[in-house]
Amino acid sequence: MAQSGGGAVLRDRTAVAGVGWTEYTKNSGVSTLALALRAVRAALDDAGLEHSDVDGVACHRVGDSASAVLVAHVLGIRDLRFHLDMFGGGGTSHQVVAQAALAVASGIADTVVCWRAVNARSEFRMGGTGRAAPDAPEFQYQLPYGYATPPQQFAMLDRAWRHARGATAEDLGRVAIAQRAHAALNDRAMMRKPLTMDEYLSSRLIADPLRLYDCCLETDAAVALVVTGAERARDLRQTPVLVSGAATGGGHTLFSNGRADPTVSAAADLAPRLYAAAGIGPETVDVAELYDAFTFLVPLQLEDYGLVPRGETGGFYADGHASLGGRLPVNTHGGHLSEGYVHGLNHVAEAVTQLRGTAGERQVPGAEVALTTGQPGYVGGTSSALVLRRDG
Amino acid sequence: MGTEASTAEHTGGNAESPPEYRVPPPDEVTAGWWDATRERRLVVQRCLDCAHLQHYPRALCTACGKTSLEFTDVSGRGRIDTYSVTHRAPRPDLTPPYVVARVRLAEGPVLLTNIVDCPLDRLACDLPVVLAWRPLPDGRALPVFRPDPDA
Ligand SMILES: [Zn+2]
Repeated sequence: MAQSGGGAVLRDRTAVAGVGWTEYTKNSGVSTLALALRAVRAALDDAGLEHSDVDGVACHRVGDSASAVLVAHVLGIRDLRFHLDMFGGGGTSHQVVAQAALAVASGIADTVVCWRAVNARSEFRMGGTGRAAPDAPEFQYQLPYGYATPPQQFAMLDRAWRHARGATAEDLGRVAIAQRAHAALNDRAMMRKPLTMDEYLSSRLIADPLRLYDCCLETDAAVALVVTGAERARDLRQTPVLVSGAATGGGHTLFSNGRADPTVSAAADLAPRLYAAAGIGPETVDVAELYDAFTFLVPLQLEDYGLVPRGETGGFYADGHASLGGRLPVNTHGGHLSEGYVHGLNHVAEAVTQLRGTAGERQVPGAEVALTTGQPGYVGGTSSALVLRRDG
Repeated sequence: MGTEASTAEHTGGNAESPPEYRVPPPDEVTAGWWDATRERRLVVQRCLDCAHLQHYPRALCTACGKTSLEFTDVSGRGRIDTYSVTHRAPRPDLTPPYVVARVRLAEGPVLLTNIVDCPLDRLACDLPVVLAWRPLPDGRALPVFRPDPDA
């Protein structure tokens, strides 16, 4: 086996100094380039920086959005020291931020902006029409079976997970309901009307066992973050939120790489390295923003990140521990299910907001450490996650 | 090996249903696998160095890393690991509801497939299944699975 170490190299050396959002809509009416620039501008304003301070750019995309270098051109950057254009969806979202932090910590760049910009509702729907089939050989063994969309992919995993844990539809309904209640306190959220268990259980099947309210909201939006050195961040406008730890992991996919047990995700591979990198254990986490393209991914990650024992997440939700005021509030912005779907980066943005203490009605009192995660690695096979910490 | 599935009225589709299913072209590594389907043989890759079996076909053995691999026939028996029922088709050429499943072959490797000739209420994780073939217009065929009548 390959050996690796040094996961603590990043610890608290860089910070998220700015966060920016566009509006979340069903039809932005503008290009992904415009969305990216609006979010970047908002994040720079939030940090108190100018576009001329930026010397690095990083984004992830799946052929659905403006390139990192194009955004750098339009920003007018003439001394671009770092650029990263990762191919990938939600599994790579947190790795983009980690790579930006690595670039800053290593001295390659001073200030890197990261973003995800999507017209995911009006233009490019995941697995929908309008794009050529990817050329991975695995797809020869998938597309002919009518297997192409995320709900189909995740429905298989959801079933296996429910089967192994004895989880019920009500167990997952409580996840959707808890997050909707959080979204009600979030002006940005697309879905703010309280959700009832009856509404959840009577919502239509998309890909059995996934119901409509198990699925996230495809959204037109962009989110951007400014990553700079921790010392520099202390001179800027906002309370710095330190990048305490970062990890990526995985390699198994559902079919081709033989993970025998589909109910354990790549998150379980990376979690020990993530906590070691940050120098904490799961008990230190005050708030968790967990990638939730579908409801079951939230309890699954609570297990895989060691936050709740396997098989006990149903009771954890039933007892209100994942809600504001509970033991470990989860997806305080409403998540992808109710705030909107910006491929993981809006989870980082919410974690930063919580750690700054500026989340208003949905603030977790005294939150100092946040776990925020990308898609736990089922489709592309890899995942990524961050531990963030309030400075001071 | 499996037989050509008969037309059936069950929901969940049948092995002869949509002829216009899109099948991407084989590549240099997968061509042998697809050729075997013309003879209605389901094969997986076997490593000549360590005997590891794997699917889908690739240029090296994921167990030992060596590159001498052959195709070997499998029994066509397996069990459903997990499955889902698609109620909203992703393409207009597909007619819901239909069943996609991860089937674990008796020999070990898993493959994605459709479950056919099976009422939806009979579907279950661990259900024993056997091979059937869905013909493709160019003479190739897709391996699909149906409940094992002997189980
Ligand atoms: Zn081998």
